[in-house]
Amino acid sequence: MKLLTCPVNGPRNITEFQYLGPVCAASAEQPEQLIESLFYAENPLGVMREWWRHTPSNTVFVAERHTVSDQILATYLPSRKPA
Amino acid sequence: MPFSLLKYGLRARHASFRDIPLTPELKRSYDVVVIGGGGHGLAAAYYLSNVHGIRNIAVLEKGYLAGGNTARNTTTIRSNYMTEESIRFYKEGVELFETMSRDLGFNVMFSQRGQLTLAHSEATLRSFHLRAEMGKHVGTRIEVVDVQTVKELCPHLNLDLGGQHEVIGGLWHADGGTARHDAVAWGYAKHASERGVEIHQRTEVTGFERAGDRVTHIKTNRGTTAAGQVLQAVGGLNGQVAAMAGIKLPIRCFPLQAMVTQPLKPFLHILVSSANLHTYLVQSSRGEVVIGGGSDPYQLASTRSTLDQKEHLAEGALHLFPFLHKVKLLRQWAGITDMTPDYSPIMGASPLQNYWLDCGWGTWGFKATPVAGKRMAETIASGRVPDVLRPFDLRRFDSFALLNEMGATAASH
Repeated sequence: MKLLTCPVNGPRNITEFQYLGPVCAASAEQPEQLIESLFYAENPLGVMREWWRHTPSNTVFVAERHTVSDQILATYLPSRKPA
Repeated sequence: MPFSLLKYGLRARHASFRDIPLTPELKRSYDVVVIGGGGHGLAAAYYLSNVHGIRNIAVLEKGYLAGGNTARNTTTIRSNYMTEESIRFYKEGVELFETMSRDLGFNVMFSQRGQLTLAHSEATLRSFHLRAEMGKHVGTRIEVVDVQTVKELCPHLNLDLGGQHEVIGGLWHADGGTARHDAVAWGYAKHASERGVEIHQRTEVTGFERAGDRVTHIKTNRGTTAAGQVLQAVGGLNGQVAAMAGIKLPIRCFPLQAMVTQPLKPFLHILVSSANLHTYLVQSSRGEVVIGGGSDPYQLASTRSTLDQKEHLAEGALHLFPFLHKVKLLRQWAGITDMTPDYSPIMGASPLQNYWLDCGWGTWGFKATPVAGKRMAETIASGRVPDVLRPFDLRRFDSFALLNEMGATAASH
């Protein structure tokens, strides 16, 4: 079982979570960045910031995860990004 | 043929030969450099050398020949897509498979046994009607069939009558089939190298030298070489290699896992898949049941396997064929799929003048090996993208001219 730590509920089985994709730098609000934000998502070989949701509690948060090792380095609520 | 075979068999001494020569030294320049020694790249090298007369070609492969997604896919060949553009393209691919063993003089074990996709709901059945009508319009063999026909096509199938996944019909695609993936790549590699194409295994591209909007040199771990034209077909690493050339691609990578059982007597004579259960099965000519299904739930560039996905595949397989419950698994693996936003590939021109793309093949690349190779070779030889490839242009994302094929597979989405 792979664990993901929800910032509110603590470590839980990763099957309880929904993956919502990479945090996109481009904004869909800006017309010139629309295509970038829609189609050109992050796809690094390395650490990626991404949105996750703990489904039972509907907690949406950010995780930092390495896309080669699958190691989860940090999870936090979007309003409380650690320094 | 029988006489020559007999003579060959009775001959006392048999000269040994290699289908694929050893990796030579990298030359200083090539007319065409193909990055990626998988099925697509090798097919393109074959067509360039055998049809278009371009022989000064190098195929650069980071690992060993056809050891990436060519080795990891589940060898489904079909053309039952949703859009007219896609069906036209994949239909050509299926037709090339039909004559491939003869064309290459290499047995690729193509078995056109038909593919049955199961409907467990009225909504699925409606989408099948759409696909069937579009397929008929383009000229493929495809039809919606009722439960009775499903039973005749696949007598062992658990129809789950009255259950949660009751089979209420299916999409029968008589053109569907399967072939031996390694043989496809080896056949192309053999005939390409006979015409002078150099296949460089364990040769990893590490960077590019550019002059304006052209790539001039390719840097590798075995030296630098000049290239007239470049074709990129590197599967799961397409995003990274394109980035080295300064090209951004709309690609996200997900692992796709599969597995095979121990060999069994032949019982499954068609390809079966179920969108609801995210599972598909095919019995190989060795008797092993190949089980494939949905992609991993989140982005990853690792070919590790997970118990979750394997359990999910086993669950689907057992639901369709409960009598497989004591069968042992023989092998399991994963590949890195380069997924595009519209589940269609990216083929044709790039922002660079002499750099061509054959990317974004996600979970659906094997069936297109011959046609992508043929058409990309035509593109490189003529400098013009043929009409059949135009809908797959990278620029379609800028103009929202997407080619939506989400749901055209029983597998992952």
